[in-house]
Amino acid sequence: MNLSVSIGSLKLKNPVMTASGTFGYGEEYAEFIDLGRLGAVVVKGLSLSPKEGNPPPRIVETAAGMLNAIGLQNIGIERFISEKIPFLKTYDTAVIVNFFGDSVEEYVLAAEKLSSVKGVHGLEMNISCPNKQAGWCVFGTDPKVTREVVSAVRKKTSLPLIVKLSPNVTDIGLMAKAAEEAGADAVSVINTITGMAVDARTRRPKLANITGGLSGPAIKPIALRMVYEVYKSVRIPIIGMGGIMSGEDAVEFLLAGATAVAVGTANFVRPTAAVEVLDDIIHFMETERIEDIRSLTGTLHAG
Amino acid sequence: MSRSFKAEIRENRPVNSNHNLLTLAPLDIMVEPRPGQFYMLEISRGLDPLLKRAFSLFRRTSDGFQILYRIKGKGTSILRELKEGTLISLLGPLGNGYPLPAENQAALVIAGGIGIASVFSLVEKLEKKAHLFYGARLGDEIFMTDEMSGRYRELIVCTDDGSCGRKGTVVDALNDFLGHASLEVREPVIYACGPQPMLREISRIAVAKGITAYLSLEEHMACGIGACLGCVVKTKDGYRRVCKEGPVFEAGEIVW
Ligand SMILES: Cc1cc2nc3c(=O)[nH]c(=O)nc-3n(C[C@H](O)[C@H](O)[C@H](O)COP(=O)(O)OP(=O)(O)OC[C@H]3O[C@@H](n4cnc5c(N)ncnc54)[C@H](O)[C@@H]3O)c2cc1C
Ligand SMILES: Cc1cc2nc3c(=O)[nH]c(=O)nc-3n(C[C@H](O)[C@H](O)[C@H](O)COP(=O)(O)O)c2cc1C
Ligand code: FES
Repeated sequence: MNLSVSIGSLKLKNPVMTASGTFGYGEEYAEFIDLGRLGAVVVKGLSLSPKEGNPPPRIVETAAGMLNAIGLQNIGIERFISEKIPFLKTYDTAVIVNFFGDSVEEYVLAAEKLSSVKGVHGLEMNISCPNKQAGWCVFGTDPKVTREVVSAVRKKTSLPLIVKLSPNVTDIGLMAKAAEEAGADAVSVINTITGMAVDARTRRPKLANITGGLSGPAIKPIALRMVYEVYKSVRIPIIGMGGIMSGEDAVEFLLAGATAVAVGTANFVRPTAAVEVLDDIIHFMETERIEDIRSLTGTLHAG
Repeated sequence: MSRSFKAEIRENRPVNSNHNLLTLAPLDIMVEPRPGQFYMLEISRGLDPLLKRAFSLFRRTSDGFQILYRIKGKGTSILRELKEGTLISLLGPLGNGYPLPAENQAALVIAGGIGIASVFSLVEKLEKKAHLFYGARLGDEIFMTDEMSGRYRELIVCTDDGSCGRKGTVVDALNDFLGHASLEVREPVIYACGPQPMLREISRIAVAKGITAYLSLEEHMACGIGACLGCVVKTKDGYRRVCKEGPVFEAGEIVW
């Protein structure tokens, strides 16, 4: 049975990765699962300098999901390299670093810094964050800005470059196309969907930040639809995510067009979720007599 | 021996109209918990409620441990219906727990309402040394006093309406105590768990009087293991995770 897939020049031993921000820097989960079984560990989003994040409350549970407004808190690239990479390097898994900036320059500098680090196998650009130079408008909601920031980063890194798309747009296919044209090796679909929760009695929003990003099973139908749309619009591989709780969920994403999948919120529900999804996929392939995981991608029987 | 484990419900018994005592027996040898640590409990296998719920270690038993919980919302309403023999998944023990006092220190343990759940095992551990201040709004929200009898040095119960113990808050009682008994109590250390306004007030008193105080805090949690950064509280060193660097923090560290 073949489980391995390729994301640009990066070969993964299997298609199961962790979604950025739901798996810490990997070490938090090492006590519960063997990180070496994962196709890739995608770490919490990093920026050039450390970020403090938003005031609490930062999370609230909603029907079959959760809202978060962490505010991209992170320890900064420097500390990540010195404190976290040595540990991650001890595992036989690909390490993909999710990163962001608040200007094109910051993205470029961050990518340059990460590209020279041994033990970093790929980069994932989070473009669902505000752009200082454009009135804090989100990078990933304008195809022109997306193209600009992705091509600037592309010029400075030879690592496999994944662009993580924001679902808070009217046409995600267009955004994927912009990323592809700017040189992305793959796209991650989707980031969290902006939402909010209100306390009827106190008449206050439940998050200090008022709005937050919705994740978990509640968003799976939207995520699947977006993977399907992106698959129709680009040729580069898609990493599908959004509410994956089981192997069957993961297979649905592959059928809709994903080459690999990421497990996110499920890691909070069960710290063993990512390897359980992998085991489920293997079991599914055995019972359905599927020889090669790649034969599933985009094979939805639609119309 | 893993911190991700399954346990069987031995008993899930109401202690009053909206509080239950849950007795659990892990299927494997459990990692030994310390007072002030907590567990994340899986409430249902379904997708709603999705996240685990945080509960303090209430008391260690011979083959497991107990959790004392208040029926608050969706999750705890489901939890109260779970029957003996049901298997549930848990993570824990999590967090840091209460640092124990030095030999010459007097422990002033303060519980507001369900905060008793977190400090009970500390009181037990302190073997009759604790001065326990236990407050609630109403008399029927004071419980477990039988189980605790003989385990503390002194018990001061307070209720807002005076229906049980003295009338007033534990903060009033603490102030009186610090004002009068100070000769006997050489070096006090405060341990407290309860509603945030109570903790803030205790923190203010402790900082003003230069008394070390350990407060157990609560924040909404997703993972319980330090990964999501959802459960932070503001401290002098920036945001710290309640599930990892806490839930117990020194009063002086917290930025209210
Ligand atoms: C470290 C820690 C220890 C705790 N120990 C105990 C204990 O021993 N006994 C006890 O009765 N309660 C304890 N709590 C509070 C308990 O976690 C909540 O009462 C419980 O999660 C409520 O769940 P629900 O679904 O019934 O309520 P809902 O209000 O429906 O919950 C909605 C969401 O908010 C979260 N939430 C609601 N209230 C709290 C709260 N006070 N703290 C954290 N998250 C909350 C829930 O986990 C859930 O994600 C503790 C909380 C923490 C953080
Ligand atoms: C608490 C939390 C933090 C997240 N942090 C990041 C982040 O730093 N960078 C990023 O690109 N995505 C982040 N995400 C988005 C996830 O990686 C993922 O795209 C999204 O949650 C959908 O997948 P899920 O439903 O399986 O969780 C975060 C999600 C959550 C729930
Ligand atoms: S609950 Fe996730 S970091 Fe504390």
